[in-house]
Amino acid sequence: MKKFFAKLYIWVLLVILYAPLVFIAVFSFTESKVLGSWEGFSTTLYHNLLTGQMQGNASLLAAVKNTVLIALAAAFISTLLGTVAAIGIHNLKGRRKKAVTLLNNIPMINPDIITGVSLFLLFVFLHFSQGYLTVILAHITFCTPYVVLSVMPKLQQMNPNIYEAALDLGATPSQALRKVLVPELKPGMVSGFILAFTMSLDDFAVTFFTRGTIGLDTLSTYIYTDARKGGLTPELRPLMTLIFLIILILLVIINVRQDRINKQTVQR
Amino acid sequence: MDKIIDIRHLSKSFGDKKVLEDINLYIRRGEFITLLGPSGCGKTTLLRMIAGFLAPDEGAILMDGKDLVGIPPHERPLNTVFQRYALFPHLDVYDNIAFGLKLKKVPQDEIDKRVRKVLKLVAMSDYEDRDVETLSGGQQQRIAIARAIVNQPKVLLLDEPLAALDLKMRKDMQTELKEMHRKLGITFIYVTHDQEEALTLSDTIVVLNEGRIQQIGTPTDIYNEPVNSFVADFIGESNILNGTMVRDRRVAFIGHEFDCVDEGFGEDNPVDVVIRPEDIYFTTEAEKTQFTATVKSCTFKGVHYEMFVDTDTGNELMIQDYDAYPVGSTVRLYIEPDDIQVMRKERTDNTLPGTVKDAETIEILGGAFALKSGFEPGTEVTVQVPFDAVDLLDNLDDGVLSGEVHFILYKGDHYHLTVRTDDGDDLWVDTDDIWDKGDLVGINFKSKGIKIRRKDE
Amino acid sequence: MSKRSNWSIPYVIFLVLFVVLPLVLVLVYAFQDNQGRFTFGNIAKFFSDRDALSTFAVSLEVALENTVLCILIGYPAAWILSNRKLNRSAVTIVLFILPMWINALMRTLATAQLFTMLGVTLGKGTLLFGMVYDYLPFMIYPIYNVLAKMDKSYAEAAVDLGATPWTAFWKVTVPLSMPGVASGILMVFMPTVSTFAISEFLTNNKIKLFGTIIQENINSSMWNYGAALAFIMLVIIGITSLFNKDKEAEGSLL
Repeated sequence: MKKFFAKLYIWVLLVILYAPLVFIAVFSFTESKVLGSWEGFSTTLYHNLLTGQMQGNASLLAAVKNTVLIALAAAFISTLLGTVAAIGIHNLKGRRKKAVTLLNNIPMINPDIITGVSLFLLFVFLHFSQGYLTVILAHITFCTPYVVLSVMPKLQQMNPNIYEAALDLGATPSQALRKVLVPELKPGMVSGFILAFTMSLDDFAVTFFTRGTIGLDTLSTYIYTDARKGGLTPELRPLMTLIFLIILILLVIINVRQDRINKQTVQR
Repeated sequence: MDKIIDIRHLSKSFGDKKVLEDINLYIRRGEFITLLGPSGCGKTTLLRMIAGFLAPDEGAILMDGKDLVGIPPHERPLNTVFQRYALFPHLDVYDNIAFGLKLKKVPQDEIDKRVRKVLKLVAMSDYEDRDVETLSGGQQQRIAIARAIVNQPKVLLLDEPLAALDLKMRKDMQTELKEMHRKLGITFIYVTHDQEEALTLSDTIVVLNEGRIQQIGTPTDIYNEPVNSFVADFIGESNILNGTMVRDRRVAFIGHEFDCVDEGFGEDNPVDVVIRPEDIYFTTEAEKTQFTATVKSCTFKGVHYEMFVDTDTGNELMIQDYDAYPVGSTVRLYIEPDDIQVMRKERTDNTLPGTVKDAETIEILGGAFALKSGFEPGTEVTVQVPFDAVDLLDNLDDGVLSGEVHFILYKGDHYHLTVRTDDGDDLWVDTDDIWDKGDLVGINFKSKGIKIRRKDE
Repeated sequence: MSKRSNWSIPYVIFLVLFVVLPLVLVLVYAFQDNQGRFTFGNIAKFFSDRDALSTFAVSLEVALENTVLCILIGYPAAWILSNRKLNRSAVTIVLFILPMWINALMRTLATAQLFTMLGVTLGKGTLLFGMVYDYLPFMIYPIYNVLAKMDKSYAEAAVDLGATPWTAFWKVTVPLSMPGVASGILMVFMPTVSTFAISEFLTNNKIKLFGTIIQENINSSMWNYGAALAFIMLVIIGITSLFNKDKEAEGSLL
């Protein structure tokens, strides 16, 4: 009985949580310009989206491309910077370690709008013209702390002597780094990269304040401007549906695999 | 006899795995009883069923004649000291101890009095206001005990309470626990995998293995008269050897015959013989000498020396003595009749059911073994495989079956292994090769010595 | 060893340049007029601006209500998900976390559109619904994390000492899961105050939140006033994070 109500609660919540997404997905299969009116089943919107022949604003595809490129660049640089930083912080001691850790936490506690406004003021102050570069720099700012936090636990779990052991066995410092340290940290770096990538994809506020006036759009800012203008580009519907499906499939695969690995280790 | 707890026909499975099988056990009022066994033997499961955190599949747990099964843990008149203490980190020492009393709505001044009293008992007065996370392991241990006994339970359950402490601390706490048990006069049920701890603390020891009770007895009984080779091996150091009962009070092992005190094993029957290493004596007198041996190694162990010797008949024995004998020297040895513990063999071969496939093969435990039988295909047979006819192979794929080395017993001149197949069947193997527990092995049968007979014959 | 600690230097420089300096600039701009002279005028302007003050009050109110609703709805969900007896599938947990990976703007827009289609008038009600919808996963996840990692023997010990399962839940499980609730609050409360797009979509611009006025001022080149408003928000963050000292310890997003 208790189990029944628990399940009911969970499933009611999930239904409410997913209703809008399902709603979008359903109406991605009709051609109507306005959401909510069903004009018969059609895959035209998908066709338009994939071939780039938009009914509405053609810069949607450009925005998608920008979003992905910016996310890749920001995630890649954050992962490098964050990993090196994590190794450094791990080897710091006492008050210095505390200070750097605190500094690292600031971008995570700051709401997006503060990060956005403060970076906007920085670029204005430095007379830095805003565009791709400033957006990527801004994204690195709020992504790197998450990479640091993903790599840190791996460093703490790692036997502190393995780096020395590699040196002792004749590896040069750079060989020891590549052949011993990096493989140990890799799981943390990968999850840091994924986290950074998704944070960047998700961002709206920071991009909004740092993109300047050259007409650079990511998916978020595109949706925002589009919605403010009133009409939503209909091709956004199939796009949202596809993104949603990709993420759903990826997460389920990752988790089911993780689950299986866990079960196997329990059995052994 | 005054039984406080009486456990009858208790069984429990997790999935298809039987964790406890038909446990029958009574516990006397006021005694210190220890459930002892290796990890996975079911001791913690048994304790958790007594506490009420697990429900048995079958059987009853009677406390003062009343069945506890079905009564939720918070209504049972017993308290538990948990493995890692489980002190509430959000409460201080006082509130941790007062937790149970407050729930029972005991008046505040009474709570104060009782908390102070138990704090004094565990020698932790003045720690009332301390945050539990600032306490050392040993101190947390005491608070965990105080929190349980302040409720004046009839029975105190302790789940490996000393496992997290270092050796020195553990020794001190053992003494204190014993002292506390004496002062409180209540029944302690103690779970541990540490045989030394069990021998030191207990009035009664229950040895468990693979979900079954192996032996119940006082520490002295269990040490001096183990009922089977598992108990002999698990409790203390021992030499476990294959022997033959020549007749009553006469047993042969390591190639010699000895007088003993055991009777009723029949004549010329195979038996297991247990000799504790401190029960083998050195002598210089020729008439006392029963056999001679060469000292192979000699290690000082703090109080005594531990020596390994090779007997004149090629068996290895472990001996403990206060005197050291030089490595390489030949020594004269004897064993007193009442120090020889003779045990009936639990089994003398692997008796397995099989089905004849064709003239050359028999299917046993799901594997097709190349064995000639002379029976019709389809005949159900019983196959007796001697321990030394089982071949263990490094390469899993070379065997007809594969399995894992589960238990190892050294028998003086060979190893006696329990190998568990992938399907969970056990095979017993005698081998000269050295394997480690957990090794994965391929399994095959040598045809020599294998007896095949029609089932039901 | 001392050498490898130097590896933190590039990042420290980066942090100073892109985190500390910008925050200092917020402070500088907040206390300057448009000629670059020191002034308290911007702060004073906020406290005399009725519209800004009421927006501020509404923002705090909405954020508070949103946070409370997220706890009330999210805690039971997190508890059920973390309970091995009630939920054994990892997929249900993934389904709850999944929305965090989808663009919030996209999800909000979808909600607003759904409301419009259903004929619900956009306003306070829809705003709260949308906010809860957007932020619920951020509350569930940290609480779930703490509950899932919590040693079961605490609750067992409570029951062993005579507590009913219900009392054990309130006296032991709930207090011990507070770090999760705290980081949930941190992940819900401040972002709610500061959002600007979400409230616009969900109320058809009827209700403005604090984030919106910051954005409007910056966009219309009133940088100093915008910075002053951002500074006020920073002060609130400072205050809320005082309640969250242990946040790092448990239940954070990782």
